[in-house]
Amino acid sequence: MSSATIDQKPVVPEEIKSFTVTLIIRRFNPEVDDEPHWQDFDVQMYPTDRVLDALHKIKWEQDGSLTFRRSCAHGVCGSDAMRINGRNRLACKTLMKDLDITKPIYVEAIKGLPLEKDLIVDMEPFFDSFKAVQPFLMNSVTPEKGKERIQTVAQRARFDDTTKCILCAACTSSCPVFWTDGQYFGPAAIVNAHRFIFDSRDENAAVRLDILNDKEGVWRCRTTFNCTEACPRGIQVTQAIAEVKQAIMRGKA
Amino acid sequence: MTSTIEAPRSPYSRSTKKSGVNWEKWGWIYMRVSGVVLVVLIFGHLFVNLMIGEGVSALNFAFVAGKLTNPFWMVWDIIMLWLALIHGGNGMRTLVNDYATSRISRGILKVAILVSVVSLIVLGTLVVFTFDPCPAGAPANLVASFCTSL
Repeated sequence: MSSATIDQKPVVPEEIKSFTVTLIIRRFNPEVDDEPHWQDFDVQMYPTDRVLDALHKIKWEQDGSLTFRRSCAHGVCGSDAMRINGRNRLACKTLMKDLDITKPIYVEAIKGLPLEKDLIVDMEPFFDSFKAVQPFLMNSVTPEKGKERIQTVAQRARFDDTTKCILCAACTSSCPVFWTDGQYFGPAAIVNAHRFIFDSRDENAAVRLDILNDKEGVWRCRTTFNCTEACPRGIQVTQAIAEVKQAIMRGKA
Repeated sequence: MTSTIEAPRSPYSRSTKKSGVNWEKWGWIYMRVSGVVLVVLIFGHLFVNLMIGEGVSALNFAFVAGKLTNPFWMVWDIIMLWLALIHGGNGMRTLVNDYATSRISRGILKVAILVSVVSLIVLGTLVVFTFDPCPAGAPANLVASFCTSL
């Protein structure tokens, strides 16, 4: 037996320092308040913590009335889209170390949808637009029993980007046209239409193109790229909208 | 006590009525096409007026009058006039659609845009086609050189 290991000190992991972060949250309680107001909270955080952890800490330890949505807390369900320092982000994917913690972090509900309480908005107008583009496979031919609808790798890759959408509304509620126009479909609905328009198994691309060729359809897009910047899944939203415009001009997908 | 914050946007129902021509689509295509053409026309215009020869100091009544008697520059200017004014008017219209919330203010602003675009186009077209480069009785040093030979 060698005695070399005896001299070695046990490896002590370097202590990770925590720091105090100030969050300024836009609160609104419809039963008490007439107007939304900003309220600040101090929480002790680690660099690897997320904004969602800070919200949890506030709700569990400081003010139980703080209201927000979250389900999976891992960037898949799309429940906790909110405006963090003026940018639409998922609270569960925004790390403290990526924010400037020398300044307070401003958190508010996403814009353009009716505010219900604190960080919760009414998502119904958003889902209405989503429903309006018929986001489901339409095919009149039934595949042979026990067989699938065959698609090549290239055909699948054509719409791969837009399959990633989790309907968090970060893109739609970052769109300046959506903020002001009560009828615009919004980026998310167009992304989900794109997912079926360019699917080789789907037969009703023309119907969706016709829906989006509306006065309030894709032509309202001003290519400001807010949606692409906001998307937590990295979908090239503005490009998808441009591809739908091209498809409408050519009359086919 | 329960208070409701007014919804930031009113999701009124989309019109199902389909007219024959989709003006939004053609408006969008027009903006792209005219934009590309205007880049050439406007920068060509600026280059010829401001950089060639004596540059900006050559600009005077005689210079402009000389250009407006040349059919090439008449066609150039008339195309630039129509494309740019309709392009700008359509751009203003989309801004009004985006930011004017009430029906009345939207209507007033759009009519104002239409009136100004139409009157500027009519005026500009009149100038290009009815322009007299050698007004009677004008001093010779202010008009184009070819006026004296008339």
